[in-house]
Amino acid sequence: MKIEGKVWKFGNDVDTDVIIPARYLNTSEPADLAEHCMEDADAEFSSKVSLGDIIVGGKNFGCGSSREHAPISIKASGVSCVIAESFARIFYRNSFNTGLPIFESKEASKKISAGDKISVDVESGTIENLTKKEQYKSQPIPPFMQNLIDSGGLMNYVKSKIS
Amino acid sequence: MAMTITEKILAKHADKEKVAPGELITARVDIALGNDITAPIAIKEFKKLNLNKVFDNTRVVLVPDHFCPNKDIKSADQAKILRAFANEYNITHYYDVGEMGVEHSLLPEQGVVVSGDLVIGADSHTCTYGALGAFSTGVGSTDLAAAFATGEVWLRVPESIKFIYEGKLNKYVSAKDLILYTIGDIGVDGALYKSMEFTGQTIENLPVSGRLTMANMAIEAGGKNGIIAPDDSTKKYVDSRKEREPDYYSSDEDANYSEIIKYDVSKIEPQVAFPHLPENTRGISEVGTIPIDQVVIGSCTNGLLDDLKVAANIIKGRKVAKRVRMIVIPATLKVYRDAMHEGLFDVFMDAGAIISTPTCGPCLGGHMGVLAEGERAVSTTNRNFVGRMGHPKSEVYLANPAVAAASAVAGIVAGPDQL
Repeated sequence: MKIEGKVWKFGNDVDTDVIIPARYLNTSEPADLAEHCMEDADAEFSSKVSLGDIIVGGKNFGCGSSREHAPISIKASGVSCVIAESFARIFYRNSFNTGLPIFESKEASKKISAGDKISVDVESGTIENLTKKEQYKSQPIPPFMQNLIDSGGLMNYVKSKIS
Repeated sequence: MAMTITEKILAKHADKEKVAPGELITARVDIALGNDITAPIAIKEFKKLNLNKVFDNTRVVLVPDHFCPNKDIKSADQAKILRAFANEYNITHYYDVGEMGVEHSLLPEQGVVVSGDLVIGADSHTCTYGALGAFSTGVGSTDLAAAFATGEVWLRVPESIKFIYEGKLNKYVSAKDLILYTIGDIGVDGALYKSMEFTGQTIENLPVSGRLTMANMAIEAGGKNGIIAPDDSTKKYVDSRKEREPDYYSSDEDANYSEIIKYDVSKIEPQVAFPHLPENTRGISEVGTIPIDQVVIGSCTNGLLDDLKVAANIIKGRKVAKRVRMIVIPATLKVYRDAMHEGLFDVFMDAGAIISTPTCGPCLGGHMGVLAEGERAVSTTNRNFVGRMGHPKSEVYLANPAVAAASAVAGIVAGPDQL
């Protein structure tokens, strides 16, 4: 499967309070959370973002709180995947558990610019920059995580284990 | 094979002789914790499994502490989901208003978490319990839902970094300053995916309250867990309140570390983390003149009786500066009652501070002290991200309780020596 979209670029240490500020955590409805996605970094993000767009961040993307509302709001805003140099640990788990595709690539994080059109091959992790005509490799997804994805997320994996 | 304390606890809970960094394990959890923000999603996911019971109704812990007492209708709805779930599944450790406190202060205090435990919580500061020699780490709501069902969690065994603190602490320097200094040194991703093991003479001399502060902020360096090997102080603390029998582990002398970092604490002065990352630390002497609007003393980082006593000692006989609000939030009802009986409430109120019921409240910009545009706060909490305590154009300066109290009096970010 290939994901194709336009890039929204953010810097290092994008924290979960920026992704979805705690003042909106009095709900867990994906549509409500999407309205405020990335609000404290870019107040108009949720109105500007289009279905399929891609977020590219620097190192330590998703640091801070354990709120699963962060990947939920990104996914519900229409963003198709996140690419970063590195991800904070809990955000990394939460993304797999909630079905938000994420890719770790230092090269892609450095070379991709805001507005670039890129295409990501989900299986191989190869990232193609259609604007700059460049190609980048991302870290392979560990087999256990791939197994979670293949089972349709953690809860389906658990379901198959307990039945 | 030699193992660290973290590896030993993980091996035990995975029924293995040994584990090594990088290995993926499925481990039994002793406690699975959720709060009013994260548990509603966990409960929704858990319900999809159509089970009529959780793995163990005495090991699921629910603490509505973030936006409780309910701050608005939507928060009330979320808290209601926890209450209904606790009733339906007979959850023994459900703490409603009247019993609750800030979760990571409440669980150690009540003996719910003991040394040697493996704890997961849908709250990033779950790493706090490492102070007692437990392995504890934050996860998301879906991981919590899976643990509600199976009593298990999958984990990658982390590499460990050993931090050695030696030397005598300077006046007004506390555990908060040691951890802020450490984060300032290694950065907010300096321990990404790794275990932070805090050791050395200085740590051995810290009271349990200070150790809780240190382990609490391991996540602010990206750590998977923070941990301190139990000693006599830990055992005295745990044995006097334990609900279950603890297991006391320690690292083997020849255990493997990815890095060993040593600090001479006699060179450390009180630290202030500037906006908008906990790694932006400066010594109090390098702060300059920064006017403030609010001071918060509380949270899972610094809301214990010891913290309140430090603040009260500074503020006693003094007044909070004009147009500065000082909000004191005891972390639990026991802390609240003890502080009241020790006369700390009078000290705070005489100075012009207020005392709130336990809640996470302002730490995450929830309620009880949200900042307006352009306002600045000195806070004993753990994060100073953009918008963390309110308006995206407000600022949070992280500090220890002595600096926070002194700042309230001075009306600028200040240490007690400046009063």
